[in-house]
Amino acid sequence: MTTTMTLAKAITSGLDKILDTNDKSLLMGEDIGRLGGVYRVTDGLIDKHGSHRVIDSPLGEAGIVGTAVGMALRGYSPIVEIQFDGFVFPAFNQITTQLAKMHARSEGRLTAPVVIRIPYGGGIGSIEHHSESPEALFAHTAGLRIITPSNAHDAYWMIQQAAACQDPVIVFEPKRRYWLKGEVDTETPALDAFKAQVVRPGTDATIVAYGPLVPIALAAADAALEDGRNIEVIDLRSISPIDFDTITESVQKTGRLIVTHEAPTFGGIGGEIAARITERAFLSLEAPVLRVGGFHMPYPISKVESQYLPDIDKLLEALDRSFAY
Amino acid sequence: MTRAATEATESDLVQILTPDGQRHSHETYDAYLGDVDDEMLRGFYRDMALTRRFDQEATALQRQGQLALWVPLRGQEAAQIGSGRATRPNDYIFPTYREHGVALTRDVSFSEMLRLFRGISGGGWDPRENNFHMYTMVLAAQMPHAAGYGMALNMEQHGWDEERRAAEGNAVVAYFGDGSSTEGETHESMVFANSFNAPVVYFCQNNQYAISVPFEVQSKVPLVNRAVGYGMPGVRVDGNDVLAVLAVTRWALEHARSGKGPVLIEAVTYRLGAHTTADDPTKYRMSEEEKQWAPKDPLVRLETYLRENKLVDDAFFEQLVLDADAMAAKVREDAMAFPVPPLVKSFEQVYAEAHPLIQEELAWHLEYEAGFADAAEGEQ
Repeated sequence: MTTTMTLAKAITSGLDKILDTNDKSLLMGEDIGRLGGVYRVTDGLIDKHGSHRVIDSPLGEAGIVGTAVGMALRGYSPIVEIQFDGFVFPAFNQITTQLAKMHARSEGRLTAPVVIRIPYGGGIGSIEHHSESPEALFAHTAGLRIITPSNAHDAYWMIQQAAACQDPVIVFEPKRRYWLKGEVDTETPALDAFKAQVVRPGTDATIVAYGPLVPIALAAADAALEDGRNIEVIDLRSISPIDFDTITESVQKTGRLIVTHEAPTFGGIGGEIAARITERAFLSLEAPVLRVGGFHMPYPISKVESQYLPDIDKLLEALDRSFAY
Repeated sequence: MTRAATEATESDLVQILTPDGQRHSHETYDAYLGDVDDEMLRGFYRDMALTRRFDQEATALQRQGQLALWVPLRGQEAAQIGSGRATRPNDYIFPTYREHGVALTRDVSFSEMLRLFRGISGGGWDPRENNFHMYTMVLAAQMPHAAGYGMALNMEQHGWDEERRAAEGNAVVAYFGDGSSTEGETHESMVFANSFNAPVVYFCQNNQYAISVPFEVQSKVPLVNRAVGYGMPGVRVDGNDVLAVLAVTRWALEHARSGKGPVLIEAVTYRLGAHTTADDPTKYRMSEEEKQWAPKDPLVRLETYLRENKLVDDAFFEQLVLDADAMAAKVREDAMAFPVPPLVKSFEQVYAEAHPLIQEELAWHLEYEAGFADAAEGEQ
């Protein structure tokens, strides 16, 4: 059955289905119960599933993730919400030294199937700490899986795939796309959450984007067509692991690659993709892999964020550089 | 029922066995010692003596280069044996990294425990077997785990009445020290446990030093005073008195198990040795202070009590020394014999489910290593 819904509502529906089907699952976070979360992603779930399964937690990110780890050790599958990207850092210790390593430290005896939902990214005109993209800081830690849906259908299925995974999964939710409507097929599962997807086939160059920038990449591809350039767009979907096979296959065909993300370019996911693709498809490349990302600065004040964020023009400029090489 | 302490003083310290081995009655806690007979008392001494001997052997192994590090517990045996013996098998224990005595009470193999310190395991034992979690090296990181585990127990036991919970339910013991008492995660854990009424006994061994920093830098008031701020009962107990610790912990576990929420215990003790084998206490504390604590040794006071009440004879101690030496020899033998797992195992343990990057890097690693084998064959 196909239904039109916003990306946020698709996540709500996915969470609802998880709570329906797995009695060991539960949601926890700040303001996620009565209020339904600051973005209303959990709206209505407390009424249906009760306050023992949709838990309004005290303020304390380390406490939220840390108690989720404890629940997982007792056989529960908590899905926790961090209210904003910039507020995850009090939980950084729990996520990187505890959650990520539980399976390895216990020699595979213990699993910690915790899902951490984090609304992320900018472009919403907000104040500081509300527009960040910290995914690379987590991608560097082995033991975690990181995914980010870009559309409602993926959002509905990927949250469920994350919940079903025995490893800890961070789901970065593109907050400026929460209200993006799309068709959700609630019967046909999306592709494996840890695979990339070619969302627009093309022949001349490849743009890899994820989360909030996928619609931008698609729009840039449309614009490039006016210049006679047929651009392939890949929605990365999974930041850890990265599906290098899909990207390699694309680059072997197109010969040119642009990677874009809102996070700063330096030390970002784009650098990792550039290095791997250079190793895997060196002889197919017609130009160096280019990155279009944020500058090496704290996320800027919102009045000038449009100059910081990757947009259609920046992607077209990068394509020009690639083709001119 | 013990009141929540607001201004704990020396006189609030629960003590049943004095440093000179005299047993006093206690109006609240004697009720929790009714089953403690002569055999059990001898058992507590034996537990403490075996733990001390193990600690000594592990320290020696580290000095001989066989362990990367050791974390001595000498002086804290009563706090650990008393609290550990108060638990039931279905209670779950979150230790720090110094709870070797508690491990003994949970039947965790001393030999297995050395795998972590010998650098051949990230954990060392199966936490599910004895409900004794892995050691946590990141100070206080285990504290929110304990609260979450307790919250999960509440969900499991939802709808049980107090009587059923007390009989069949289980609780969590979160061990921590005066050092980790100041970490934010300790605070958050206590907030969560109290807000959700989780059955957690917070057991602090205040051994007076966070490596080199004395307790007064961690807190201006006795640690137990913090309990009232979270809304839970707090008890300050002589941590070198195995009977007092046993009684207080039994009371606390009963309180937690029956659904009344968490409890904070501050066991006042003293680390007679170094923080770890990398530490040098002579740089930060006076030998005069160590001399003051020496007569409060938990083993000495129980020995005095046992001897004065003619519950033991010399043969008991002679046999115990033989048993402890045999245990130490076995532990040493086991430690030296543990095989070193290949790095391949580390690849396999990062994730629970298949992961392409792990597979790719493992394949590269195997091919690289095989290259050396081929080269060696070629030379022959």
